[in-house]
Amino acid sequence: MGQLVNSDNRMPGADKEADLTERIEAFLADLKRGGCGTGPIRGSGETARETTALLRKVTAQARWSSAGDLMEIIRKEGRRMTAAQPSETTVGNMVLRVLKIIREEYARSRGSSEETDQQESLHKLLTSGGLSEENFRQHFVHLKANVIEAINELLTELDGTTDNIAMQALEHIHSNEVIMTVGRSRTVEAFLKDAARKRKFHVIVAECAPFCQGHEMATNLSKASIETTVIADAAIFAVMSRVNKVIIGTQTVLANGGLRAVNGTHTVALAARHHSTPLIVCAPMFKLSPQFPNEEDTFHKFVSPHEVLPFTEGEILSKVNVHCPVFDYVPPELITLFISNIGGNAPSYIYRLMSELYHPEDHDL
Amino acid sequence: MKRESIVPAACAAVTYTVLCHPHHHTVFIVLTDGPGNKDDITRSKNEGKELSKEEKQRLRKQKKQQKKQKERKNEKSETEKEKTPVSLLPPPRPVATQKAPSALPAPASAPIPVPASAPFHSSPAPSPADKPAKSKAELKAERRARQETDRAAKQPGSSSSGIKTKVPLSELNPVVKRLPEHVQVDDPAVVKRLAKKLERQQIPLRSDYGYKVSLFSHLHQYSRKAPLTQQLSIPSTVIHPSIVRLGLQYSQGIVAGSNARSVALLHAFKQVIRDYTTPPNEELSRDLVNKLKPYISFLNQCRPLSASMGNAIKYIKKEISNIPSQCKEEEAKTKLLTCIDRYIEEKIVLAAKAISKYAIEKISDGDVILVYGCSSLVNNILCEAFEKSRKFRVIVVDSRPRLEGREALRRLVQRGISCTYVLISALSYILPEVSKVFLGAHALLANGYVMSRVGTSQIALVARTFNVPVLVCCETYKFCEKVQTDSFVSNELDDPDDLMVTRKGKTQLENWQDVSSLGLLNLVYDVTPPDFVDLVITDLGMIPCTSVPVVLRVKNLDQ
Repeated sequence: MGQLVNSDNRMPGADKEADLTERIEAFLADLKRGGCGTGPIRGSGETARETTALLRKVTAQARWSSAGDLMEIIRKEGRRMTAAQPSETTVGNMVLRVLKIIREEYARSRGSSEETDQQESLHKLLTSGGLSEENFRQHFVHLKANVIEAINELLTELDGTTDNIAMQALEHIHSNEVIMTVGRSRTVEAFLKDAARKRKFHVIVAECAPFCQGHEMATNLSKASIETTVIADAAIFAVMSRVNKVIIGTQTVLANGGLRAVNGTHTVALAARHHSTPLIVCAPMFKLSPQFPNEEDTFHKFVSPHEVLPFTEGEILSKVNVHCPVFDYVPPELITLFISNIGGNAPSYIYRLMSELYHPEDHDL
Repeated sequence: MKRESIVPAACAAVTYTVLCHPHHHTVFIVLTDGPGNKDDITRSKNEGKELSKEEKQRLRKQKKQQKKQKERKNEKSETEKEKTPVSLLPPPRPVATQKAPSALPAPASAPIPVPASAPFHSSPAPSPADKPAKSKAELKAERRARQETDRAAKQPGSSSSGIKTKVPLSELNPVVKRLPEHVQVDDPAVVKRLAKKLERQQIPLRSDYGYKVSLFSHLHQYSRKAPLTQQLSIPSTVIHPSIVRLGLQYSQGIVAGSNARSVALLHAFKQVIRDYTTPPNEELSRDLVNKLKPYISFLNQCRPLSASMGNAIKYIKKEISNIPSQCKEEEAKTKLLTCIDRYIEEKIVLAAKAISKYAIEKISDGDVILVYGCSSLVNNILCEAFEKSRKFRVIVVDSRPRLEGREALRRLVQRGISCTYVLISALSYILPEVSKVFLGAHALLANGYVMSRVGTSQIALVARTFNVPVLVCCETYKFCEKVQTDSFVSNELDDPDDLMVTRKGKTQLENWQDVSSLGLLNLVYDVTPPDFVDLVITDLGMIPCTSVPVVLRVKNLDQ
């Protein structure tokens, strides 16, 4: 079984493998380091792109003969990557996307329609009566090329997500609005800047202690000549009565339509519901994760409490418990709209989108 | 409640004083002579500088009359809309509850407006001789008729200048309060008036700092780096040194918290009273009150007065003016000092004990109690409960930029209470563990809203969502008659530079002043709606939030 020559890499085989392993290790190290609380060193978009590029490389350079082998290799790598930083769900999401691509390409190569084993339906369960006989053992010559081409398409899609979302801004923002946002989200920043080209509005940014990423967001927005005000977290409810819309970003969109967002978002969502203000979440599709928020212990992530109570308070530090959670769960009832690169959706529709992006058998890596 | 107004037109120089009894809603109109002839006699006993003040006022009045006569000649033909005069005396002097005679003349009133309409025959010179001829009832009817025509004439246009127009008095609810100055910063006329008043009292005017968010352009925003005391000349003869020190402590945040500020204020006033000597030919009861006015203006400039301070000042002024005139000075001073001590003892110290007693009933073993910021009352309750061997643990929630929760944390940890500490953004994470929330209050408003440190309403909101009971602890002396529904109209803006933070050596907002579209907002207070609060614990017992006006009424009847 020879290796297909890959035009990307002219080095001989063994070095190729070493190079690949090296890249994967570097990526894992980056992920581990990135969880220091101020947010990853790169944004989620870049993480997604890196993951996908890495998976493309794995597809290109690893030794596999059938789709099943490839899927095993990718699953193994995916498990390692998600273990490095479990809260960075985009990594796992991209792995699932690639697995779905492989399944689709395999099915297309086999000639069967793509609809056959999309999801488990009650009907299928009753009629099939047993495990699916699909075991991905067949070898197809052009499978590799097809898969790599599909992954390239995925990469192009990832590149354009922020712009796609920003393009929808004018449909949702009118003039003289007061918009509230929390912390820092590159997607929301692009969204608001795009709307500001044509409309005049006012933005209130909640600074989101202790990391205070709202400050950076505010300076960026004000440089784009948007009227910005920075408020402390404590003033969110006080100011909410004058706010027309709340537009936030998120770290992850969960399978039930809920959010795992930066801490303080749940308060914002509750205040918005109290004042009947619409809550709009700008999240690209690669943030959609098949996880459900039902495991309290594994949902939260904590970072050093030094951010909350510094070591200068030494005398009392040993006698108190200090918590610094990074994320908040926002239930789907509080959300009005999701704006993603494929358009606007209600939270109740998220489960359908998930079935289009990921295969149900892959949900547990 | 008393209202003074100068009604223009026919009897231009005659002052009508309208007295409204708060409960019976009858309106009395009392005539006085022209510009304070009666008062000249009393005032002639005054010191030199007060007489000159009165003289200046008289001169001003004469000038205005002349101007009015000129204008009346010019505009007799036109039907101009009339501006009903503004009867405001520039606050922050609290609503006067003094007896009538001491406040009859209308010295520092608003400018006398231009009268207009043709139907009025103008008598150029004041004619006191006319007055005895008309009876009270006739005058009342005449005045009402005039006001009707005024209002009719006013309809087509609206005033464009800074002078506010008021609905004729007979239409107004007699207990409508005057707007305090510190929520009208966007009105240049009010600002000018305040500046003039402060100049008269020889107190420097504090200037605003930084770009103000447009929603709050009606409030002051000062910088902590420029305290008012730097603008005082040394030595300052007008303001007592302990008041200067107090003002500095307020503006720098050294004395913070509503109980602490009130107690500090009362102690400073005790010192002032001790050092006070009645000038010759003066009555202690009137002069001391006038001496206190510039001090109160000064403190207000340093930091806007809190509701508790306002109530304390009202009480002191009442006590002072109730001193009988035959009382000797030493006796009067000791009486006042004991009054103040008793006030502090009753309203603050004993009230705290009573509230602790009620609150401890609500704390059971195994409770997890959430507190916000540093409320002296809540800390007191928790310490007492701990002493009575209740087993509970406390979660202290804190917020930037004041970070007052750390002080509460220190105090509680010192007593040995086991504590957890989080920031307010982690509220949704920590609330599932909590069994009760105890909050302190800055003031309780008459419509049941709780005015407290910013962030309190958020805590109450999230607690309500998680079905955790919210208990507010507040002494009755903090109840005030204001009504408010949002946190915008009446609030305090703190130094915006406090929001800046340096993390990892970088200060993001360092040059926020240079960026024109960037503003920082540092609110101090917010209001919590009564449906978020389950119980209010006061020294009178445990009441629901909506019973605040009942307590106020009972208090008023007592006084």
